[in-house]
Amino acid sequence: MTYLAKPKLHHPTLPTNTLGYTRRDYEGKISTLCAGCGHDSISAAIIQACWEMDIEPHRVAKLSGIGCSSKTPDYFLGNSHGFNTVHGRMPSVLTGANLANRDLLYLGVSGDGDSASIGLGQFAHVMRRGVNMVYILENNGVYGLTKGQFSATADQGSKSKRGVVNSDAPVDTVSLALIMGASFVARGFSGDKKQLVPLIKAAIAHQGAAFIDVISPCVAFNNHAGSTKSYDYVRAHNEAVNRIDFITTRDPITVDYPEGEVVTVTQHDGTVLRLKKVNADYDATDKIGAMNFIQQHQAQGEVVTGLLYVNESSADMHTHLNTVDTPLNQLNATQLCPGSQALARVNAALR
Amino acid sequence: MAGAKPIEAVNDFVIKFANVNGSGSASANELFARSILRMGVPVSPRNIFPSNIQGLPTWYEVRVSEQGWLGRRGGIDMMVAMNPQTWANDVKEIEPGGYLFYDNTKPMPASKFRDDITIIGMPLTEICNNNYTDPRQRQLFKNIIYLGALSVLLEIDPAAIEKLFSEQYKGKEKLLASNVQALALGRDYATAHLPHPLGIRVRKANNVGDKIFTDGNSAAALGMVYGGASVCAWYPITPSSSVAEAFQSYCAKLRVETDSGKHKYAIVQGEDELASVGIVVGAGWNGARAFTATSGPGVSLMTEFIGLAYFAEIPMTIINVQRGGPSTGMPTRTQQADVIACAYASHGDTKHVLLFPEDPTECFIHSAAALDLADRLQTPVFVMTDLDIGMNQRLCAPFEWDDKYAYDRGKIMTREMLDAGTDFGRYLDVDGDGIPYRTYPGTHATKGGYFTRGTTKNAYAMYSEAGPDYVYNVQRLLRKFETAKNLVPQPIVHQAKQKTSFGVIYYGSTSPAMQEALVTLEAQGIHVDAMRLQAFPFPESVSEFIADHSQCFVIEQNRDAQLRSMIVNELQVDPARVMPILHFDGTPITARFITHEVAEQVRLMKVTPIKKGKVA
Repeated sequence: MTYLAKPKLHHPTLPTNTLGYTRRDYEGKISTLCAGCGHDSISAAIIQACWEMDIEPHRVAKLSGIGCSSKTPDYFLGNSHGFNTVHGRMPSVLTGANLANRDLLYLGVSGDGDSASIGLGQFAHVMRRGVNMVYILENNGVYGLTKGQFSATADQGSKSKRGVVNSDAPVDTVSLALIMGASFVARGFSGDKKQLVPLIKAAIAHQGAAFIDVISPCVAFNNHAGSTKSYDYVRAHNEAVNRIDFITTRDPITVDYPEGEVVTVTQHDGTVLRLKKVNADYDATDKIGAMNFIQQHQAQGEVVTGLLYVNESSADMHTHLNTVDTPLNQLNATQLCPGSQALARVNAALR
Repeated sequence: MAGAKPIEAVNDFVIKFANVNGSGSASANELFARSILRMGVPVSPRNIFPSNIQGLPTWYEVRVSEQGWLGRRGGIDMMVAMNPQTWANDVKEIEPGGYLFYDNTKPMPASKFRDDITIIGMPLTEICNNNYTDPRQRQLFKNIIYLGALSVLLEIDPAAIEKLFSEQYKGKEKLLASNVQALALGRDYATAHLPHPLGIRVRKANNVGDKIFTDGNSAAALGMVYGGASVCAWYPITPSSSVAEAFQSYCAKLRVETDSGKHKYAIVQGEDELASVGIVVGAGWNGARAFTATSGPGVSLMTEFIGLAYFAEIPMTIINVQRGGPSTGMPTRTQQADVIACAYASHGDTKHVLLFPEDPTECFIHSAAALDLADRLQTPVFVMTDLDIGMNQRLCAPFEWDDKYAYDRGKIMTREMLDAGTDFGRYLDVDGDGIPYRTYPGTHATKGGYFTRGTTKNAYAMYSEAGPDYVYNVQRLLRKFETAKNLVPQPIVHQAKQKTSFGVIYYGSTSPAMQEALVTLEAQGIHVDAMRLQAFPFPESVSEFIADHSQCFVIEQNRDAQLRSMIVNELQVDPARVMPILHFDGTPITARFITHEVAEQVRLMKVTPIKKGKVA
């Protein structure tokens, strides 16, 4: 339970990153989720990604909505400020937080009930605005905390643990994010950390709205035969389009790949994404092509994963709004208040 | 004229313009009001408009009052009837002895008129058709032509109007010339053909002084600029939309970084009120001053977040420009009917700070003050204006700002304090005032980080569902609300000239009508002490005021006597001692209404009014 403190003892030989932090320094409280829950693997991937990228934990703001997924920010980055907001409304709170201080890293964690049902509107609009963030949707197709109801991402025809067949069409969050203007769209699988960690790292480096849909099986309510969000189903139907090598500006490029198998994408901050193509025809910078590919393959029952789309020249909300470089929450009264002389001019114009 | 002697009044009358929405009348009518102001005579105009862009009836009521009464008086002395759709009712509304001005291009049967008013016909359409060929010009200049005629009938200085034209059309000489010409067309006709001046007229005075003429929504927006709000998120809703729009235009002038041209503000039009308030919550959590502006239906949509902000103790400011509810209610009419909804907005045990500005000047003051209060108290603060204050231009005291004034950012735990080893409990009451310290996200590498939730937490923001932890927190929130009583703007008492057992309690836009009613009542020998509330929670002085009077009247613009209920409940007052006087038809409350209701209640209590020094 969360009120149990984790032991602070570190193994003395634990490796540290350039900030001198071990991976343990990126952990949070002990998870209260079910043993084997996909969400815990995602938390572990977030910890790994932040540690590898030398992110200062306290410079991260982690925000979530309501649900199993939205509890997880308490289980990683214990020195970060976190905000467990209201159901489906994390995107607006994250937007406001980002407006107040553009210098922090914003990590939004949500679930499929949170993002695809009650919060579908906010999900769509946060993408439209190009809020600079990493939005991770922990997608298990089911409401866990209320014990097993279908969510809006459950596939048509999939069967619940109680044997009910879902008759409604699913909300495909990656397609929606693409349409709404997200500039980085990916899908991962909680059971494939090797794919997921680089995706999270690339999303962190991205300037703009970065969205990762992570299929994350619910061991309690949606991991049975007939489910399309179970470990077995996703492993069997995973159609990975590429694998990322995430390379920071500092890292030398050491591994060579045969020509034609690797595409290099340079992001705004100079970080380089090297995409090892699994599917030779897939071009992650072609939005329309990506949408076609996703639709075609999903129609065949496949789960398309990998970096699905990236716009390397994206602009974020602060660029759109032309806000000052100083975070708005650090502006002082001299900078904010126009003063009595200006007010006298306002008065004069109103006479 | 049969029934009544024509009304004779200098600088003290009410004129109403009945127009068709979208016909360009609004700017001509505003010019009319401003030209009288320029003659040194106070006016208070009120737009009575439909939820419509073009075609439905709209009215503009101007009260001219040298004495400076700015509330609605009630009754119409002169009607400028330009809308055939509403003719019958418009004519009916005129006081006996009043005046009717209309377009007589088409003859009308005698049955359409009254014989106890003065009727002034002018062939406006014919004059327009003779002088203009373009249909749009015919329409627009008709308004200016009647303005010209009225300036002759009421002896308004044409130079004042021409000066306003020259200010309005600076650099647009062609438009200026054509407006001056249309004005002359109207003046020439009236001078030659109409009896003038009328019994009601305007005379130069010196009662405007350095006052400004502005609307509460703009003033609230300016207060937000001066108070240091840097994030505004909103969703369009009448009658509050112009708050955010004015914030945008004031910021564009006053909040742009000189060298870079970059903005020291961010404005987001949300996809709905839920998103707008969510953005404000996020910005407030992260240490920026943030606000939203909305009206009743918007507040309904925001209530879940308002509750979260209350329990998580996040500063935020909501300007509620009240209107008639619900969503398909009376969006273009005024009321004070969201008082309870805002005071106790959301689920669980919640109470919120409300401020009640009386006019645009106070919209400015209270908006800036709300940002300080929200930071100090770490809680949502509502600025409760209404359509009457928000969307009408009002003559009011000029805005003032003390350059030495420092914002109160409340209790912030800094990196230095954390480094010095200060104990940080996000929800710990260290000073006994119920207000804990907070850290801004990103403050310190290893200390001060916390996880924000609604209520499942202990004083150190650790997850807890334990009863004693919950009770500690919500009791502390009550203590904080007690603290708020002394921080909010305090009630203002106006003592009657004689000692009296009667008191009135009022707030917000009722103020100008109430001030006038007090004088009228006094002239009738009815003495009443008056207390104007500026905020909720109610300070001790409200209880004392009620205790000091055997009978209080609570004047409100809603059906359910909402503020009175709050007084009864919060202060444990005997309901019999606070009698409601309620006006809620969507029009602003009038001085005549208040005077009549109070006088009637006093009469029913069988107290004989006493004049000249005798103690009541």
